[in-house]
Amino acid sequence: MEELAITVIGQDRPGIVADVAEVLAGLGANLTDSTMTRLRGHFAMTLVCTGPAAADVEAALDELAARSRLVATVRSVGPEESTAPTGEPYVLSVHGADRLGIVAAVTRVVADAGGNITDLTTRLAGPLYVLVAEVELPPGSAEATEQRLTEAAAGLGVDVVLRRAESDVL
Amino acid sequence: MSCDADVSLDAWLADLAEAGLVRAVVSAPDPVLAGEGAEVDPTDPAVIGLAADLVATMRVSPGCVGLAAPQIGVSARVFAVDVTGHPKTVTSHGTFVLCNATVVSASRWRPGREGCMSVPDLTGDVKRASRVVVEGVLPGTGESVRLTTDGFEARALQHEIDHCAGLLFLDRVAGAHALYQRKVYL
Repeated sequence: MEELAITVIGQDRPGIVADVAEVLAGLGANLTDSTMTRLRGHFAMTLVCTGPAAADVEAALDELAARSRLVATVRSVGPEESTAPTGEPYVLSVHGADRLGIVAAVTRVVADAGGNITDLTTRLAGPLYVLVAEVELPPGSAEATEQRLTEAAAGLGVDVVLRRAESDVL
Repeated sequence: MSCDADVSLDAWLADLAEAGLVRAVVSAPDPVLAGEGAEVDPTDPAVIGLAADLVATMRVSPGCVGLAAPQIGVSARVFAVDVTGHPKTVTSHGTFVLCNATVVSASRWRPGREGCMSVPDLTGDVKRASRVVVEGVLPGTGESVRLTTDGFEARALQHEIDHCAGLLFLDRVAGAHALYQRKVYL
């Protein structure tokens, strides 16, 4: 089924999610996966939904955005493709003094190793920069990847830890 | 073994597993998983049969270390646990079934990523006590038992007791960023 990729961002205030979700529900849009979080003072929503035509959603969100000082985008992204895991799950943590290029350098190491990042959050808290990512690594590549990450981290003056994301089915 | 009664797998439980039927495991959002299980009479033949089914179903499910009655569609406070051989197990009481169990003390809370046979596509970070004392009643004899355990068995017990109360790990997930797609890479 055709899916719409929607982003909404604006200065954080109570009620943004309710306002956007109400518009989507009113159009018969079925909200599937989403992440919504506060980035600095902005509230950012990234979501996928199915149902209405992109133009209808765009028109309705534009109207809300104009009233609420939000920025909204709507794109048709075609049907969902398989999201089967491509490797073994790891959690990557990086932290240290903020400087330019931490994300670029660290994620390049992961990409060069054939790793796939499935979730990533960064936070700047005062002088401290923190990156936490969920990574799928090709089987058997973790040790070498960790070594290259450690080298990259040393060059950036940050600390890096790569650990297996274990989950127990109970 | 740190419990007042011997709840490890005895001949009776072995027979129980053999006598049990393998039942279908239900998945969320089946309403049976969200309802509070009924207190049971542990000497009721139906409850003994349920205990047998739980053990039999647990045995045939790969990697399964615990199964609660709501997971096989029965809203009752009965569950089976067996963490024997799991790499994270510290203390283990073997295979056992408890009825009407409650956690009477819990300490040393630790985060851990959990999945559930009834929520096959997701995992989540959940804080659980790594030391617990659990009281319950054995099916069949109706004998009251008190177990003291730790680590992985403690986590499994809390997970199953939650099922009996109509709670899933989703109800205890640590935060909005602590829910994940389950990654099963074969």
